[in-house]
Amino acid sequence: MKRANPNPNANRNILLITYVIMGAFFGLMVYFCHFLFTDREEVMNNSYNARLDQFSDRVIRGRILSSDGQVLAQTNVGENGEELRVYPFGNLFAHVVGHSTKGKTGLESLGNFYLLSSHGNLMEQVFHGLADQKNQGDDIITTLDVGLQHTAYLALGDRKGAVVAMEPDTGKILAMVSKPDYDPNPMSLDASWEMLISSNNDQGQLLNRATQGLYPPGSIFKIVTLLEAIRENPEGYLDFHFDCSGVFQEGPYTIRCYQGTAHGSQDLGQAFANSCNGAFASLGLTLNPESMDQLTRQLLFHSELPLSIPYSKSSYNVAAGSLLEKLATSAGEVSQWEVLQSSIGQGKTLVSPIHFAMITSAIANGGILMKPYLIDRVQNEAGEEVKKFLPEGYGSLMTAEESGKLNERMVQVVTEGTGSALRDAPYQAAGKTGSAEFETGKETHAWFTGYAPAEDPKLVVTVIVEEGGSGGRTAAPIARAMFDQYLLR
Amino acid sequence: MILLIACYTFFNFRFFAYPDLERKRLMCSRQNQAMFLIHLLAYLIIYLKTEDTRVLLFYGAQVIFFLAYIYLYRLFYRNVSRLLVNNACLLMCVGLIILTRLSFDRAVRQFIVLAAAAVLTWLIPLIIDHVWQLSRIGWFYGILGLVLLALVWILGSTTFGAQLSLEIKGVSFQPSEFVKITFVFFVAAMFYRSTDFRTVIATTAVAALHVLILVASKDLGGGLLFFITYLFMLFIATSKWLYLGGGLLGGAGAAFLAYQVFPHVQTRVAAWADPWADIDNRGYQITQSLFAMGTGGWFGLGLYQGMPYKIPVVEKDFIFAAISEELGGIFALCVLLICMGCFLQFMMIAGSMQAVFFKLIAFGLGVVYITQVFLTVGGVTKFIPSTGVTLPFVSYGGSSILSTFILFNIIQGLYILKRNEEDYEES
Repeated sequence: MKRANPNPNANRNILLITYVIMGAFFGLMVYFCHFLFTDREEVMNNSYNARLDQFSDRVIRGRILSSDGQVLAQTNVGENGEELRVYPFGNLFAHVVGHSTKGKTGLESLGNFYLLSSHGNLMEQVFHGLADQKNQGDDIITTLDVGLQHTAYLALGDRKGAVVAMEPDTGKILAMVSKPDYDPNPMSLDASWEMLISSNNDQGQLLNRATQGLYPPGSIFKIVTLLEAIRENPEGYLDFHFDCSGVFQEGPYTIRCYQGTAHGSQDLGQAFANSCNGAFASLGLTLNPESMDQLTRQLLFHSELPLSIPYSKSSYNVAAGSLLEKLATSAGEVSQWEVLQSSIGQGKTLVSPIHFAMITSAIANGGILMKPYLIDRVQNEAGEEVKKFLPEGYGSLMTAEESGKLNERMVQVVTEGTGSALRDAPYQAAGKTGSAEFETGKETHAWFTGYAPAEDPKLVVTVIVEEGGSGGRTAAPIARAMFDQYLLR
Repeated sequence: MILLIACYTFFNFRFFAYPDLERKRLMCSRQNQAMFLIHLLAYLIIYLKTEDTRVLLFYGAQVIFFLAYIYLYRLFYRNVSRLLVNNACLLMCVGLIILTRLSFDRAVRQFIVLAAAAVLTWLIPLIIDHVWQLSRIGWFYGILGLVLLALVWILGSTTFGAQLSLEIKGVSFQPSEFVKITFVFFVAAMFYRSTDFRTVIATTAVAALHVLILVASKDLGGGLLFFITYLFMLFIATSKWLYLGGGLLGGAGAAFLAYQVFPHVQTRVAAWADPWADIDNRGYQITQSLFAMGTGGWFGLGLYQGMPYKIPVVEKDFIFAAISEELGGIFALCVLLICMGCFLQFMMIAGSMQAVFFKLIAFGLGVVYITQVFLTVGGVTKFIPSTGVTLPFVSYGGSSILSTFILFNIIQGLYILKRNEEDYEES
């Protein structure tokens, strides 16, 4: 056998390659551990994971509680071990808490993993295991406030629509109501299920309008138009001036103010407060469509929202971005009509109520958006904390200076303009009303989005009432009821 | 139930001690005890769950096989590496446990192949020890490998988008598993003779042909495996950074080209980058695998408590996910560590070999082995795009088992050769 080694470096290189391969392996193992440590729960909770359902063979589903510990959902076990999910508040929390028979929705889906995990006393678990009994699953303490939810529910009454209330500096969702609703209790859900999913049913009771509903924003979109005007002209944006005759004529196009009101001579602050369509349509024509498009993207139009429950993406469709789409339009440029329409939140723009609540809460929080969340903590049967969710910033949607300027204008809406419903409140509210046209001949959708107190915002409320008419008359009073309930109790 | 959970925990902790024992090297018999205990517990659980008496018979047969394998090899070859034998046994044992849980019939088939392979490859160390003309027939290996691969390419049946196997009288057979070994021999034999530029070019051409045929039959994992092996062997033989760097660049270019040309490569990369986007279709396998491992967690759900059969091809490429789901992440990590241990031992043997031919063979086979482990586990855990290779000794599949046996026994032969030489010098 040949003994001489013609390549003395071979062993050194073998060692080197061994290290390289071990490095790659080490990376693999670290990745695997990381997966098991952090990504695991998110992956497990995916509704495509059939394995979680098996957990319910061993664990009694935990309770869902409001922030002050009232039971929103619990599982009662009968004498023969039969389990029944009970929702003591019935329809009140139908969408946000959801249901767990007929599929899982809302928090029942979002928190499925926690509800089916048991972190009870170890001895007890062993005992249960030996006796072939089930363990009690963990409880979810939500951020929801029963009082606020109730107020919103009553204020909406029988009208279709949605109300979202958030804490701007934490992102906690305090109330989320969508109407029409349904009773999530298993028996009545079974009874009404055929009707609910019937193709003849055009009510959409199962739809959570607060997150999945898409509506034209109407005048509340003027917040965005105003922000763009502030961006393009941070010093002189208030110098804008417009004479309103109730009808604004631009070439062949006509923009009318709500109910043809002639606002007369308006500066930008007044035009915003009075929601003058003509003024904003003409302001829109002076704005750069490219940077307007960029702004809407920054405000999370066309993009994923930092939200862990199902929602619909908002859209803003004027310059709709891509070169391809622009080439596709015959003129090769944005049509003037669309600019006019979009500046006042009509046209192809669609938003969800939660999305506007998020934009509003960023304004109320110095430009920083806090990620909205619903689960505050998870605790075991004995009340010991298993997991705590802390407020998390998403990022800055605008500068603090810009949010300050918007705040001034939104206060003016309340003190001088369409937000009159909030004018005599013992706190200073800020907001914007909207009356969005969606179909000729039908009453407009009534919007209000705002917060209070303006100097130190504690609560953000966004309201939509479908076919509610004027935002100032229909939606703003609902927000008033919410602020009163929360700030004056 | 709690009894079972306690068993798993015990199981896991018992296992935890394993790598430590391995490092001490004197603990081989303790290793055997641990392995048989794991084996016993697992089959006890399987029996309790299925209450099928065939399981007990099967268990008995396995115990006899493992005992025979461990002791007869030691009897026959005085200087056998017990560590390597133990590791092989343990990996087979884990594979058999999880396969029995997945499908009893397949586990039995696997076991038969295992036993047959153990007997068939019995003499390999002896051949290595005595027939050193092996290094003379480099071209023979190369041509044999190419012919086998080409046959599959032309005649092969298609599984999961790749042409992998040949059917001979109803027995399907995957030549690429064996070509891995002839390929290593070929490269080693060529470089043993000379490392001048002409040889390098000729060898590279043949190696590239191997890779190309594999890529043409859409076996990209195989192609990658051969490529990496060749590149590292070339580097060890010549110590030229230029070859390594150039090869890596070329490989990156080729990978890019493959991505552009083959739609099923794009599918796999897309499924890797964001499996959630197409969860019903392209992302199905990988997301199911992630569900399995995620739900299993550190300690696992326990045998028969999970749903591993939800993952397509779980008994082959995705067996690691099943292990992780039911036996736990810690257990799965231990399996990885054992594979790593095998590789380190291969490298130590390679380092200690004096003859370039044998050094290259030990090194090349080690790289083949570990790359395969890396590709399969990385694919399952979404660390890298899934390439569809099997986990040696654990995954279901006759060809894979037989070729792994050959691979281990060649290394074993080299080890014995070395030890015998040392004995000879001492005396």
